[in-house]
This record gives sequence, C-alpha cells and structure tokens, in this order.
Amino acid sequence: MNYCYQPEIEQAPREEITRIQNERLVNTVKRVYEKVPLYRERMDEAGVKPEDIKGIDDLYKLPFTSKQDLRDTYPFGMFAVPMEEVIRLHASSGTTGKQIVVGYTQNDLDCWGDIVARQLAAAGITKNDKVHVAYGYGLFTGGLGIAEGARRLGCTSIPVSSGNTARQITILQDFGSDVIACTPSYAMYLGESAEKAGVDTSKLPLRAGIFGAEPWTEEMRREIEKSLNIKAYDIYGLTEIMGPGVAYECSEQKGMHVNEDHFIIEILDPETHKPVPDGEKGEIVFTCLSKEAFPLIRFRTKDIGTVTHEKCACGRTFVRMSKPMGRIDDMLIIRGVNVFPSQIETVLLQMNLSPNYQIIVDRKGVLDTLEVQVEITEGSFSDTIADISRLEHELTDRLKSTLGIAAKATFVAAGSIARSEGKAKRVIDRRNLV
Amino acid sequence: MFIKQLSVFVENKQGALSQIISLLSDSGVNMRAVSIADTQDFGILRIIVNDIDLALDTLKDNNVIVRANNVIGVELTDKPGSLAQVLELLTAGGVNVEYMYAFVTPGNADAAYLVLRARHNEKAEKILAENNYKMLSDDDIKNM
Repeated sequence: MNYCYQPEIEQAPREEITRIQNERLVNTVKRVYEKVPLYRERMDEAGVKPEDIKGIDDLYKLPFTSKQDLRDTYPFGMFAVPMEEVIRLHASSGTTGKQIVVGYTQNDLDCWGDIVARQLAAAGITKNDKVHVAYGYGLFTGGLGIAEGARRLGCTSIPVSSGNTARQITILQDFGSDVIACTPSYAMYLGESAEKAGVDTSKLPLRAGIFGAEPWTEEMRREIEKSLNIKAYDIYGLTEIMGPGVAYECSEQKGMHVNEDHFIIEILDPETHKPVPDGEKGEIVFTCLSKEAFPLIRFRTKDIGTVTHEKCACGRTFVRMSKPMGRIDDMLIIRGVNVFPSQIETVLLQMNLSPNYQIIVDRKGVLDTLEVQVEITEGSFSDTIADISRLEHELTDRLKSTLGIAAKATFVAAGSIARSEGKAKRVIDRRNLV
Repeated sequence: MFIKQLSVFVENKQGALSQIISLLSDSGVNMRAVSIADTQDFGILRIIVNDIDLALDTLKDNNVIVRANNVIGVELTDKPGSLAQVLELLTAGGVNVEYMYAFVTPGNADAAYLVLRARHNEKAEKILAENNYKMLSDDDIKNM
C-alpha cells in the first residue's frame, strides 16, 4: 500500500541524503555566483566566496533571498540560464504585490514531474488511475504542475482546470475520476454542490484528493473527507521554489515529507535567524539544490512551521514539515512566546465557537496579558451562568495548551467585534512600548 | 405546565442592557418580570413577556443572541412562609433550584408569582402540581 515512486531516494539513509545535498549545494552556489548578479553582489558583500561553501554545514554563511528581491529583479533578473534553455514560464498570482515570474528548463520540468509523481504515489495513486485536475491551468503552477506528475507516473490526467462546478461534477460521474487535485476550499465547495445536486458521492469511484495552494485546517480535512467520501492529502509548494510538490504527505498524514534531494528546508527563529530545534516554530526557509533556471538560495517564505527528523512509519526518510501555521507578519510575541492568530482560530473551530474573535494584548506592570474575546453564538449561549463559565474555562484551558501561555477567554455579544470591510480586526495590541 | 422565558446575553458594559430593553419597548413588548444574573464580564437577562414571538423576532432581527426556554411559573399566596413551603417541597423531592425570581401583579393583590428553573425541571413541575399549586401557562402571562 505504502509504495514509493522513487524508493531509492525517498527511503535513502540520512548519510546518502546529506551527501547529495552537500554535492548539489556546492554546485548551485557556484552557479548562482557566476550567473545571477544579485547573488554575486550579496555574497561579495557578505565576504563569502563559492569555495567557502563545502556543504550544508556552511549554509548559514549564505545570504537570504526575500520576496522583495524577486520583485526588484522582475521579470528575469534571477534566471541562472540563458532564455534559450528556458522552456516554460510560470508566475505567482501577485496577490500581495507585483507578480513573480519563474522559469523552468527541461531538466527542471523533469524534476518537478518526479516530485509530484512521488506525491501521487504516496497517496496510493497508480498508473491505472484517472487524476481529475481542477487546479487552474495557466501561469499558476497548480494545474500544469500536477499534470506533469501524473504524466510522469503514467496515470490518466483530466485537465478540467478550475471553475464550472456543474461540469466538474458531471466529469467526476461520467469519466469516473479516481483522484481529484484542487484547492481545499474548492473541494469543500464541490462537496456542497454535489450534495445540492443530489449526487451521492459514495457511489463515485473518487477515493483520494490532493489539496494545497492555500491554508487549510484539520477540520476542513475531515469535512472534505466526509462530503466527497475520499482520503484528503496535503501538498505544499510555492511558485518561487517549484510549485506543488515541494513537500508531500504520505498515508501516515503526520506532516509533509520535504523532497530533500531537491530542496533544503530550514526553520529559523524569526528574530535571530538561527535554526530552531525539531518541533519548535520558526520561519520556513528553502534552498533549491537542482533547479537550473530559477535556483533560489535561502528563500524566506514568511510561512511559519516546524520540522521533525523523527522516523516516519511509511519508511520515507525525508524530514517532515508541518502545515504552515501562519504568516510571520501576523506573529505576536507575548511573554516571549510566538503566538499566531491561526492557532486561536483552530481552537475556536474545534469547539464550534464563533469565528469572530479578537485578540487583545496588553501589558500590566511588566507582564504581557492576552485576552481572546469571542462573540457568543446561539449554539454557545446557554441560559445558565454555570454553562457559559464552563465553556469559558474549557476555552481558557485549550488556548493554554495550544499556545503555551495563559490567555483569558471572554464571550462578547454577537456583532460587537468591529469589522472593517466585512472582516473583523483580529489583533489589538495595547503594548505601546516606545 | 411551563411558561416561556427569554434569556439574553448581555455584555457587562455601559449601555448594553439599556439597548436591549429599548429594542423591546420600541416594538411594544410588555415585560411581566425581569431578572439579571451577572458575572464580572457578562450577564444573562431573563425576562417574561406578554408576547414571546414579537420579543424573539425583535431581538433576533437586531442580531441579539437570545434563547426561549421553559421555566416554571407558580402562583403563591402573598404571605410569609409560602416561598419557604415551596422550597421545602422541592428539597424533599431532591430537586435543585438553579435560579428563581418573583413578581406581583396589580390584578391579583393576594398573589405573588414565582418563576423558577430547576436542574430537573419536569420533576419540579410534577412535585408542585401534585401539591395543588396553580401553575401558570403562557396564556395566563399574556392575559395578566
């Protein structure tokens, strides 16, 4: 059941993975120093020569790459090969600023196909399966990236692309798709639409889903698994590094294996930029090892996550990263502990409470205080004080165990949390410590 | 027999209570009895009204979290000892009272009305009915 597309590398001993990483990092650094002016400039500034990088232990000497660097060099300034070798361009959506353009050589597309094929195989997909790709095809990496993996694995891909939900449902029924790949929010929507249309999803051959490209929760996973009657797999990727398939879930579903022969993952303390131990939260940073056209060194994703080197029951030896837990820009440091609004959201969801909440951080004397105000809902309101107090206590306890610091939980009236453009303002930080 | 009571979540801040009461008075709801249970951060306003549907619609339309629930309305003689007697009966029957409050009406000067909710509401109602207490209905409340 737990078969691998490339077991020789996916289950390689750590020493072998390190050997590959050392060798490829040395080559990549040499190449970017020669071909990418920005890297040459940065390394010269930092006084690092390519010869100083002998392996992954020297990674810390290398400068970071930020999203802003990619904007500043738009469109092709970070390309490390001449355009004649670039056979494909993709671009990020540019939702948070100017779009980013990335390029791929033939070898890049082959590697991409490999890592997506690993993901599909890890989800139990074989060449006998039909993969329904409802990610958008186009500049976005989702559609064509999954298609590349499906082609590599030899399955039948159905390039439905995004949108036209009624047609998606017809194709699921008539073509008998075994697997669907799309964003998790679209999968939720598809499940609801199928139900409305009176389609019994348990009668469909569909058995697995590959979901990524946006944040989603364990609760959403359960919801999708129920409504589409499938097993839902998480996939992590980002345009700047490759697209879908940078990291992938196996059937254990305990974190995503990072394709370490192609990428190095670092989890760094957001303040000191030093690596944090396994299990501790920090910023996710990637270095490309095999990319030819667009190889990034220590790219700061601004995503927050953790890694573990613990052995996975599936037999794969690649490290596992957590689902991103939030954005570094949203992070609050309270009593020295990193707190993310997304963690609080998860607790509220688990307890079936209102998603309308507000975090109030204040400082009493020398101590930071954290209060989470949640709007009361019909479901959480009871006629007796004791019931509401019990709920407040439960919320307080769960927040403490999730965040690692004490928080006061308070219920407030429905609609009382100020909203701007329909969205509630999440954080009020009253610690003005100038 | 039970009567319907409205419970409303009220934040413990200036103007919150007044806002809710104004909503009800503006829509012409008449209150028979009011009680407030409070904690440091919030309170629960419990009211008995002449027109439960109108009150519910008014509050829900204004995004106020409200619940209608069954409570016991019992008529007592307005004299010393009558409340004590009720509580003794309930205690003897093993019933725990969660909350209660009382009101009187000008229409019946000899009577006092007790609103109560017990952890075992049905059991409490049964004990009182068996002891020949007059239990109020929603119609009684409407016509007071």
